[in-house]
This record gives sequence, C-alpha cells and structure tokens, in this order.
Amino acid sequence: MTTHIGFDFVPPDVPGKVTGEIKYAEDYRREGMVFARLLTSPLPAGRVASIDASEALRMDGVVGVFTAADLPPVAPPANPALASDYITYVGQPILAVAATTEEIAETAIQRIRVEYERRPFVVDPLESLSPGGATAYPEGNALVPVQEEGPDGTTINSARIMDVKWPQEAIDAMRTGREPVGAEFTREWEFGDLEAGFAEAVAVVEEPFVTIGYPHHSLESRTCMAYWENGRCYFHGSSQSQSANNAGLARMLNIDLADLVFINEATGGGFGSKIGPYPYMAITGQFSRQLNRPVQLRITREQEFYIGSARSGMQGWIKVGVKGDGKVSAVDLIIVNDGGMTGGGSGNSSAQHVTVAYQPEAMRFRHISVYTNTTPRGAQRGPGQNEMSAILAPVTDKAAAAAGVDRVEFRKVNALDSDGFQGGSQGPVTSAFVREAIDQGERLFNWRERLEQPRQNGSKARGLGVGIGYHGAGGRGYDGLLRMDTDGMLHIHSGVGNLGTYSYAATCRAAAEVMQIPWERCQIHRGRSDRHLPHSSGQGGSNTVFTHSRANWVAGQDMIAKMKEIAAMDLGGSADDYEIGNERVFRGADPDSGLSYAQCAQRAMELGGAFSGEEYPEDINPLTQLAVQGLAGSGLIGVARDNIPGVGQPPGVVVGFIEIELDTDTGKYDILDYAAVADCGTVVHPKNFDNAMRGGAVWGVGLAALERHVYDPQNGLPANVGLYQSKPPTILDVPVETSAAAVNIPDPQNPAGGRGIGEPTQGAACAALASAISDALDGHLFNSAPITTDMIVNHLAGNSYSTQSLKTNTF
Amino acid sequence: MPSHDVMPNMELYQPVMLDDAITIAERLGDRGWLVGGGQDTYGWLKDRAKATDALIDLSGIESLRGVRQDGDTLEIGAMTTLTEVATDPVIRERFSLLADAAAIVASPQIRNIGTIGGNVSQDVRCWYYRRGLSCYRAGGNLCYADTPEGMNREHALFEGSRCVAAGASDTAPALVALNASMVIRNSGGGREVSAEDFFVSPARDILNTTIMRSGDILTAIRLPADWRDATFYFEKVADRNVWDFSLVNIAAAFRLNGDAITDASIVCGAVQTTPRRLRNVENAVRGMSKDMATAEAVAPMATAGARVLAHNGFKVPLMQNLVKRAIAA
Repeated sequence: MTTHIGFDFVPPDVPGKVTGEIKYAEDYRREGMVFARLLTSPLPAGRVASIDASEALRMDGVVGVFTAADLPPVAPPANPALASDYITYVGQPILAVAATTEEIAETAIQRIRVEYERRPFVVDPLESLSPGGATAYPEGNALVPVQEEGPDGTTINSARIMDVKWPQEAIDAMRTGREPVGAEFTREWEFGDLEAGFAEAVAVVEEPFVTIGYPHHSLESRTCMAYWENGRCYFHGSSQSQSANNAGLARMLNIDLADLVFINEATGGGFGSKIGPYPYMAITGQFSRQLNRPVQLRITREQEFYIGSARSGMQGWIKVGVKGDGKVSAVDLIIVNDGGMTGGGSGNSSAQHVTVAYQPEAMRFRHISVYTNTTPRGAQRGPGQNEMSAILAPVTDKAAAAAGVDRVEFRKVNALDSDGFQGGSQGPVTSAFVREAIDQGERLFNWRERLEQPRQNGSKARGLGVGIGYHGAGGRGYDGLLRMDTDGMLHIHSGVGNLGTYSYAATCRAAAEVMQIPWERCQIHRGRSDRHLPHSSGQGGSNTVFTHSRANWVAGQDMIAKMKEIAAMDLGGSADDYEIGNERVFRGADPDSGLSYAQCAQRAMELGGAFSGEEYPEDINPLTQLAVQGLAGSGLIGVARDNIPGVGQPPGVVVGFIEIELDTDTGKYDILDYAAVADCGTVVHPKNFDNAMRGGAVWGVGLAALERHVYDPQNGLPANVGLYQSKPPTILDVPVETSAAAVNIPDPQNPAGGRGIGEPTQGAACAALASAISDALDGHLFNSAPITTDMIVNHLAGNSYSTQSLKTNTF
Repeated sequence: MPSHDVMPNMELYQPVMLDDAITIAERLGDRGWLVGGGQDTYGWLKDRAKATDALIDLSGIESLRGVRQDGDTLEIGAMTTLTEVATDPVIRERFSLLADAAAIVASPQIRNIGTIGGNVSQDVRCWYYRRGLSCYRAGGNLCYADTPEGMNREHALFEGSRCVAAGASDTAPALVALNASMVIRNSGGGREVSAEDFFVSPARDILNTTIMRSGDILTAIRLPADWRDATFYFEKVADRNVWDFSLVNIAAAFRLNGDAITDASIVCGAVQTTPRRLRNVENAVRGMSKDMATAEAVAPMATAGARVLAHNGFKVPLMQNLVKRAIAA
C-alpha cells in the first residue's frame, strides 16, 4: 500500500523559503567575523609578476591579504583557488583581502598593485587548433591521453596537456560543414558497421553545428563563511550537495573528515555549478585558519560569472543516415568542445544523447576538448545532452523529411525502450518507455490536429516542434541512515543537498513508505554534517530520486529486520514470523503479540550492538560510519548501503511538443503552447514533478533562444558578466501554459519506482523550440544554440549570420 | 581587476526644494552627480566604473513629480516614474505613443522606480564602456566596439564618430517624435530645448549623450499639442520581452486625411546614440496612402547611410521592417 510515494506533501524548508526565515551561507555572522573580497585577473593569460599590498595592509580595518603562496601549489591544468604562475582567464582570482567591513575590503582591493606578465590567449577552440593558433596554457591546448613507462616494465595510462594542431584544410572543412579529414582527436569510439549503415540509407543528412556555451549565474552567488574551534572547521557554504562535499573539502583544508562541519541549509540554485567543493572554498577555510577568526568571503555577481563555471560550447559536424522505414542506420559525429580554462567538455554526453534519441545501428564519435582562455567549464543541467538536443531536433526533422517519414513517427521508430542502450558502450537501461511518452504527448498536445491548422497569417508563421531530452537518472551504492526514537518518531538522516529541488525530502518519503509510518511522525535531519548525515551522491545528474529513495529504502528494510529480530527475541518465534503495521511490529499469526516502534527503540538501546548503532555494516562509507557513531546508543538504528541488485543505467527522458507563432518582420516569436511527457518511472512527488517540468522548460527556452557566452577575441574580455546581459528568460518569454504529464510506469530497479527527471526537462523544451523555429521557417536549419532574434532576422533578409563560421563565444 | 558591488563612500544630499538642488548642483559642479530613480547611476557607482564625491538625490522634490496641463502643453515632471507616465490617463488619451513607450521600458520593478527624466538622461549601454574600459567616451583614445572583431551586436548603424554606442532609452524616440521640449534649470535661470536638440551625437560631444552640463537639472518635459490625438505607432524589438534594451525601436505619429498621410513624425531608437529622426521617410510618405504599398516603397529609405558593423547587420532589415509596420499599421 502506497501512502507516501506519489502523493504531494510540503517539504519542511518551504515555510522558511516563503517567509524569508531560512538562512543561506551569506546570512550567517560570527563574533569577530571579517569580510574578504577577491581581486581577479584583468588578463586572459599571463602570470603574476609581483604583488604590492602594502598600502592596503596599512588601511585601518584591513586584517590580511591571502595569495596563492598561502595555498599548496597546483600544477596546470588544474583550476587553482588563486592563480599566480598560470593566469588562464579574465576574472580568475588572484588574491583575497580581509577587513572588518565589506566597504573597507572593497576599497582595499583597489589599493593593491599587481604587476602581470602577459601571454598569448585564445577564446575559440578551432582558432587554437589552427596552425599557429595560440594555446590557453603555455604547454598546449588539450589533454592528450599518453602511456608512460611505469616501474617494472608496467605501463601507466595518463594524460598530458599538449599542443594539438589540425591541418588548415581540416579547419576549413569543419567551418564549411564537411568532415575534417586529418584532424586529431583525443577520444574516439565506434559500434556497428558505419559504412554499411550509410550504404543502406535512403537519405543522408550532413550538417555542421555550433553551441555557444552558457554561464551559470546561479541566483545565489556563492558565499562561504568559515571559522575554527578546537581544530575543527565549521564551514558555511553554498552547494547543491551536502555530504558529497565533505571528503573533498576536508582534503582542501587538510583536516580529517571528523574535523569538518559543513553547513548548507539552503542554496539558491546550482544546476551543476555547485555539485561538489569548488576551489575557492579553500581560500575561505585557509584564510580563516591563518587569521584565526571567522571569515566570510562573498563574491560579486560578476565574479559568480567568472568562477561559477559554465556549460562548454561545441563546434561540431554530424552525418545521419536513415533507412526507408525511418530507422537511423548510421551516425558519424565530431565534436570539438570549448573546455574553457578547465578543459572539460561534455562531448561524450552529447554523443550519448544521440544514441538515446536515435538508437542507431552504427555510430562513430570523435572528440577533442580544447582549453581556451575563458571561464572554467563544468556541468550545467544536462551537460552535453541538452545543447545537443537543441541541435539534433531540427537535424532529426530534416532527416525524417528526407526519408519521407513523419517526424513524430520517426522519433517513435527510433525510440529508446527497455531493451535499448545508451552511450558508446551501448550499455543497458533499467527500463524505458519513450515510445509511450511520445504517444501520450502526441495526444496531450493534439499534434495531429495542430498540423492541419493554417501556417501563415500575414507576417506571422506558425511552427510546430517536437524534441527529446535525456539524461542518466540515478546511481547505486549510497547509504541510508534512520533512527527510531523511544517516542516512536522516525528520524531520517539525509546527506542529500538542497539546491531547491526538494528531492532530499521526496527521497526521505521512501523511508516513511517502507516503515509504514505517517509523515507527521517523521523528522528529517539535514543541512549540516554534525547532524550525523550519511554519505550521499552529489545532487547532480538527475540522480537523487532513484539513488536516495533506494538508499532510504534499504535503511528502512534494515530497521524493520532489526525490529523483527527484537520482537522475536522478546516475544518468541523467529523474525520471519513478524510483520509491521500501524507503527508496530507484530506476529503475523497473532497481531496482538507485538511491540510498538517506540518499544523497539527502547529495547535497541538496551541491547546495544548493531541495534543501536554501536556496530554497523562494514560496507558503509566512512562518512556514514562517523554519522552512525554520532547516533550510537540513541535509539534503533537502521543503516545500510544500497546493494539492491540490478544492472543498467536508469534513463530520464522527456518528450516535448511546442507551438510558436513567429513574426517574420521582427524575428520574435510567441510560444503559444507547450506540452511535455516524462518517462521517469513512478512520479514520487507530483507537485515537485510539475515544478521541475515547468522550470526546466523555462531554461530550455533560454538555452535554445537567449543565453550565451560572449567573449571579445581582441582582449579576452567577457561581455555578459551580469544577469541582464546573460538574458535568462523572463516570465513573458516562456509558455503561459505548460502541460506536464508522465508515463508513470515504475522502474523495476527502484522499490519506490522513480527515476530522476531534472535535466531532461530542459532538453526537451529546447529541442522542441529549436524544432519549431525551423518548422516556422520552412525547415531552415540554423545549426546553432542559441538561435537569437538577430539570426532569424538575418536569415529572413538573406544576410549571413556569424555562427555560420562555427565561431563560439560570439554573437 | 577589482570587481565591486558595495556602494563607495560619498556625500549624499537630499534636497526637497528645487532651488536648493540647483544651489547644491552649482556648488558641487563636476563633483556632484544627480540621481533620480538610480537605475543607471547605481550600476556605475557600485561597479566603480565611475565615481563621484557626492550624490544629489532629487527624489524628495515633489515639484518635479506629476503631470500637469499648461495651456496647450502637457508638462511631465522629470521625476515622474515611468509607471506613472505609462498609466496617466491624460497621456494615454492624448499621447499614447509616449505611454506605450514608457510601458515597455525594462521591467515593472524598474518602471516603478525609474523616472522619465532618468530614462532620457541615461548613459549608453555599450558593454565595453560599462566595464570601465578607457574608450573615447570614457576619456581614452580607442573604441573597442568599432573593430572587425568587436562584439557589437547591439551597437549603432549611424553617426558613429569615435563611439558606436546606441542610445538605450525607449521614451526618447517617442519624445522626439512628439516634438517634446526639455525644461532645464540651473543657477542662471535655465532654458527649454527641443528633445531633438537635447540628445547629442558623439561627433558633437563624445563625453555626454545630452546637452546637460554641470549645474543643470532637467525639471520637466513638455508635450506641445502638435501631435495630440494623432495616429501613433510604437514598437520595441528586444531579445526578451521584459528587462531588455531595444535592439531597435520605432516611434511614429501620423496626421491623416482619410487614408492619406498629411504629416508624419518617425523616429527610430537604438540605431545611433541619439534618437534617429527619419526625415526622408517622413517627406516621402506625406500625401501618400497609409498602407502596405507605401510602407514597402519607403522602408528601404530608412536605412540609407547605415554603416554596418561586424555583428549588427540585422538592424538594417529590422529597422526597415519596423518602418514598414509603422506605416502599414
């Protein structure tokens, strides 16, 4: 009987969000706290020659300056907390200054003199790959896999930053939409018979494409505050994860896991930019230790752009072969990623999206991620998958048309199902019902009826779009931790972070479900690690619902097993004779013979050992071990690692349908309607599901149409460091109505039935919108994300537009 | 590169009488900075891309607020908020062109605090200039935008002269189209100038976008009866439908005799530093039918003389299309 899974509830932090009482990292103060601010690089590439902080240090109220020399050295191409010998982007932190007020700190950084030495720089990957092109690091522009000789004749696989150059003919070919013959890549995979696949295709579509990259601009710019007491660091941070931070942050601070209290009750967005500890956390913690007083380091909106990481851009080429029945027989894909100064590109995830969208019979993928002197790149909602979905949707429409197949039917023919695969390794999925989602969406949106409507009305052209968003949606092997108190309250300890998705609470419902206990009798403990929080995955990758509903489920099962064991000890029989219900464990054959949950907790404390947490499973994470140790003796403990058997990756898929009316005079369009259907297993928390579907659609509009990275190639200066310059969608830019639904077929590998869905919600919307824009313009392919007003106007006027050169980080 | 968001220390004057404000402005000269709603000012100061010793806050001067009839002229206090301009029943009835322009500035929150005086006095939004680079407009000797590789999508098509920044105001084109005049007071008394003369091109003054100088205070905007109750058209095209500056906007007023245009006033914004009055188009449409045929015939004239930069070529067809729509509407 389900009483929690699939029902709405109010997560406990919602009232605080509504009233403003909840605290973010920036809201905390501590006696003697000083305020630190960053000085960042004005250069895209170079080194610090000297720092003269003497004038700042003479100012009243200034208490210290902190530089790279105060931190352990890091070798390139690492992303250091503070740069010195390797400045690799404008805005890179150089030093921090602390003062008794923010005003003094801000004035002080203006009085610090830094001398720099310049180096050549580059903001476009293809420029860097061109003969004679500059490289972001002196050593090169790409991380190239190498094999080195190890001890005793062994071979060590590693990677080294090297200068990769393509022949000019390959660069020219890429920019004109042809295969770049002779180009060097750092990753390649292939399956099936590519040549045969193209040979049997009735239609082949070949297109270049470019995506520009997107800054994060999380609403809450990341503030950190740290103080030390008796060798223990109390660290307030802004993170989308909770327990996933502890190990890395402890290493940054060079302390034992037990000596770190990480506090993060609420976070104003992260979406991939705050999954784990970020380099500049080290500044706050170490500066505080050096000054021996609490330090708050708050950054500006501009600095959030710099260090908040960004989605990598792509310069690519795709060739798709389609058979007469619409089945994709072959895909050849090349992606050059703009990895920024961190070099991380999401090309493989983009290729993975293609495998899910097409289930091709054969596919080849070639990839290189190139360092540029732009901001650090990292995960951003569906990294790789979602920008690829925006590119792939119009290409898919063109391929369907070329094969003479209806574009919705085309997607059904190639849809992922439970026997399907994802990625270059063609790994299995836990379950998938994408065809059902397309069917459901087609009906929900009245797709067929809309196709019959007139397309043109004066300057207004209607466009219909369909697209698929995908992301892997869960992991395995994390820990759940529960405590039953002697008053019968179930205490659910969650190491899941809270970036505003509330999945921490939804996954706790799995524990209540398995324990068959009213939600009012449950209390969630979260938000700071001294509340004894178990090891958790990072809250990224749409994984939390699947991963942590399982972890809480197994912890509940452990608690139930212990209750039955206690009952058998006290009341006779074997544990198998007992059942649970109505907050009691009782003998199945004699329901009156039993113990209340509260009595079980009391007996656990008397019995000790594993019952009350003095002992615990060997396979739980060290962080969970610390948490159990902290709870030991305080009640009945349920703790377990998720060892639920199973294979495959749980997929999260959303199918979106959109209708727009595009004004051919202005290039502007109104989104008339949007409907999306998710294949995410059981909907665990309906209200939150609905929010995710709508919120993801909003950002999908941003990805497809508005947001982007822009750098001046003359000086490496970014143009859109502010929120209004980055153009996140407003309420008047997004669909007034969004119809959201789910296939709602439980995933067999999650007892709670759910899979994650956060990221594909964006991918489906941006794919559908790109498809609709193309449809409104008689199938024209911009092969770009975003597709902006100026590009549409230029296309309609017969002008060229700049992205045809495949330049990224540009208008 | 320092990055800031905390207000620097400065003096703050909050006069409640206009004469006191004039006295303070005169005394402070270049050391003082007039602030209305602050939506332009605070960005400059908090970013520390510009600095001042003293702020003169005009928001306490009641006489600078409100809409009043003065004979045939409608006078709008410079401190009247954009929301008030957009919703004022008299403006809406007689000069809906201005109300429509004010109603689409930025966002509701900014319109609630931003003033009509501030909207027309605001500085340009060239991102290089706003980042504090030492360009011509900032007193340097370089324009970063007017280069083959400059990121100049939002920049000007016309009258670039050491600076190719486009004007940011949505109400300015409407005021020029309506033959508005600007009332300026200073310690010497003051003057009233036409809106068209109020805005200055970089060729004339590279450091300022208006004729205002130290000690001057824009106190009111006056709308003569010239275009009262005319046939109006305003349209703004921006990337986003809220909280964005125009890529191009158009403000047009027509006098009609039947279908025939007897007079027209057509002004485009965001295509040069000042509102661009399209006199060649106005002359061409007088006596013509206000219809699509006329619109299509004259629209290409609107962009004659445009100098396209690397990324703003789309403004040419966009401007032509807006002119076409204004005439054909």
